[in-house]
Amino acid sequence: MPLETIIAGIMVASLVFYALLGGADYGGGVWDLFAFGSRAKQQRKLISEAIGPVWEANHVWLILVIVILFTAFPPAVAAISTALHIPLTLLLIGIILRGTAFTFRTYDVQRDNVQRRWSRVFSIASIFTPVLLGITVGAISSGAIRVRDGAVTTGFFASWLAPFPFAVGFFALALFAFLAAVYLTLETKERELQEDFRRRALVSGAAVGLLALIVFLLAETNAPTIRAGISNTSWALALHVSTAIAAIGAFYALWTRKYKLARICAAAQATLILLGWAAAQFPYLIEPDITIASAAAPRITLQLLLGALAAGGILLFPSYYYLFRIFKSETAFTALSEKEEKF
Amino acid sequence: MNDILAARSQMAMSLAFHIIFAAVGIAMPLLMIIAEWRWLKTKEEVYLTLAKRWAKGTAILFAVGAVSGTVLSFELGLLFPKFMGYAGAIIGMPFSLEGFAFFTEAIFLGIYLYGWERISPKAHIFAGAVVAASGAASGIFVVIANAWMNAPTGFRLVDGKMVDIDPIAAMMNPAAFGQTLHMTLAAYAATGFAVAGIHAFMLLRDRQNLFHRRALAIALAVGGAAAILQPLSGDILAKTVAVTQPAKLAAFEGQFETEKGAPIRIGGIPDEETGKTNYAIEIPYLLSILAHGNPNAVVKGLNDFPKDEHPPVAIVHFAFQIMVACGMLMMAIAVWGAWRWWRARKKGAGKWLDEKWFLRALILAAPLGFVAIETGWTVTEVGRQPWIIYGVMRTADAVTPMPGLVVPFVTFTILYIFLAIITTWLLFRQVASSPKDFESKPIEREVRDAA
Repeated sequence: MPLETIIAGIMVASLVFYALLGGADYGGGVWDLFAFGSRAKQQRKLISEAIGPVWEANHVWLILVIVILFTAFPPAVAAISTALHIPLTLLLIGIILRGTAFTFRTYDVQRDNVQRRWSRVFSIASIFTPVLLGITVGAISSGAIRVRDGAVTTGFFASWLAPFPFAVGFFALALFAFLAAVYLTLETKERELQEDFRRRALVSGAAVGLLALIVFLLAETNAPTIRAGISNTSWALALHVSTAIAAIGAFYALWTRKYKLARICAAAQATLILLGWAAAQFPYLIEPDITIASAAAPRITLQLLLGALAAGGILLFPSYYYLFRIFKSETAFTALSEKEEKF
Repeated sequence: MNDILAARSQMAMSLAFHIIFAAVGIAMPLLMIIAEWRWLKTKEEVYLTLAKRWAKGTAILFAVGAVSGTVLSFELGLLFPKFMGYAGAIIGMPFSLEGFAFFTEAIFLGIYLYGWERISPKAHIFAGAVVAASGAASGIFVVIANAWMNAPTGFRLVDGKMVDIDPIAAMMNPAAFGQTLHMTLAAYAATGFAVAGIHAFMLLRDRQNLFHRRALAIALAVGGAAAILQPLSGDILAKTVAVTQPAKLAAFEGQFETEKGAPIRIGGIPDEETGKTNYAIEIPYLLSILAHGNPNAVVKGLNDFPKDEHPPVAIVHFAFQIMVACGMLMMAIAVWGAWRWWRARKKGAGKWLDEKWFLRALILAAPLGFVAIETGWTVTEVGRQPWIIYGVMRTADAVTPMPGLVVPFVTFTILYIFLAIITTWLLFRQVASSPKDFESKPIEREVRDAA
């Protein structure tokens, strides 16, 4: 396999990690906004405790995606950041507001009105940011960004101000909210809170299904290459079947309150969706003018980058494991085979 | 405001904002673990309280630093896409390494901040040490990338394209050592002095407060040591600039004429119209000595460079003067502090802090390190103009074709002002207020309060 394809694969893997971990942190913000009922306060507290120690580490996956992109595929960065200047700038504003509001809330006066103000900023930014992330991905996949001689020819609006990127944006939001709700069922031992997030997981899971359908339908006219990729290729059927199995499995597990199984199924579902997208996009970075091979940096850069990624991975994964073992030991490291708690 | 000016202003503003948090992110974890180490050693509760207070401050500043750093990593592409398209392959390497350093920093900071009760004291202080080390590494990698923009190496230019690129040689560029050393020391000096200044202020009002005495001593030890070493690293860096960017060196000193035995100019107003620097106090031969190690060395003046390759001379000269002045003052105060401590060491601990004028000097010196960092980056960045990659690519050729860049510039400026105000208020609340009962504060309560 060519070096640039391996690196593109690592980039996709980082994006999957970002969705599974960082995405769920955004999802936590979504449920902060929709915390209601008599347990609203407990719901917010649970979310805050679940993401507090890990969100900054989870956020770095996005940085990793960006640095891999601009080291290994510099012309793609030049094109993406020109064509998508506006949504990316808005995305940054969302990232700033989400992260700082969360931290400020933790360290500001513990009075209700102050806390509520920061909660609102945190949660609204947590909704706004994934949508923009999805819009960016949608625009890149839709074939609407055209590049000639290294310069973007399609302007600053047309490529993303369209139904398909927005549909992908809301799809990303629903997916992140779904992941968060599923994970949160395991962050507490209190049955009522578990039930709250179970219901939220079921609702948002349904939204994921609905939006997936909308994205698929819109893709026919808006992103034909992706659509062809996810419907006509040899691996398409296997992918759809396994995604469907994961989705049904997640629903079944939530329905029967097998939360650990639900978590595995939901994470598998999200992973398969992203892998499906990446495979349909292959070999394009920006469909149709920039491919992985055409944008690849010189071989020496790719070799060194691969070495750095390998060395970094050796440092990263044990550290990450350590972080999760400390803070998520009650939830992350209990084996599936253990008896599910019965209520 | 035209688009290139807006793009440069946005980049400058983002960098000026982020660098404060980045510097604190490098140095604060060190202060934090020194306090924790003292606690483990002496079992004095005051050190534990101090470590926790500083940890809270670090948490707030790190969060703002992390998001403003994310903004910068995107902005390079958003504002100067042609620069990234052109140079990404050659300087992506330090950024990738920085990515992993940042990962490590974020992971272990999470462990440090939330792990007081979950891991052993040894594991906890180790987590803090990892944060301190990876914070410094992050900064070094990013500055290496910047150094390459000043002294680009590791490629051949053929028809305006870089060929035969060598990312390792690019990282080993001649400016890398001087710049990383200078910036890392600056982070410790600026943060140490700022923290010492805050505690000096509190101490002046409550002269026997043990908490502030301990805090001041640690902060000044770190900041003072860095401030005393800093002129050395400045000298190393200036000698590099003299070789790699002679036009920038000339702008530092307002040196228009090429001159043998060039003087150092203190003050003075460079006039680009007449090509003279007026009203300066000149110390003969000193520039030739400092830049080239020889009183009779020739220093190339700006007039020997094409007019369209001149950096804005006055800004660079003023910024350079302010930076050096701040550095000298900090060094002087550090020496004064060391001397006071040395003399008082036999009379019992803490006597050296009994001098009111010393505390007042520390308060006045609190912002100097950050002023020096801001002006120092002005010197580096404005001094490199009109180039984005020195001698290779002009800033004007790298900027995005996106119109209306004044809009994001104004938006980010407003946002950052808002963040600065909130952060200042929270720090004031969390760190500066005197703890009332620092002698015996059980860990459990402190942790519960934080949650």
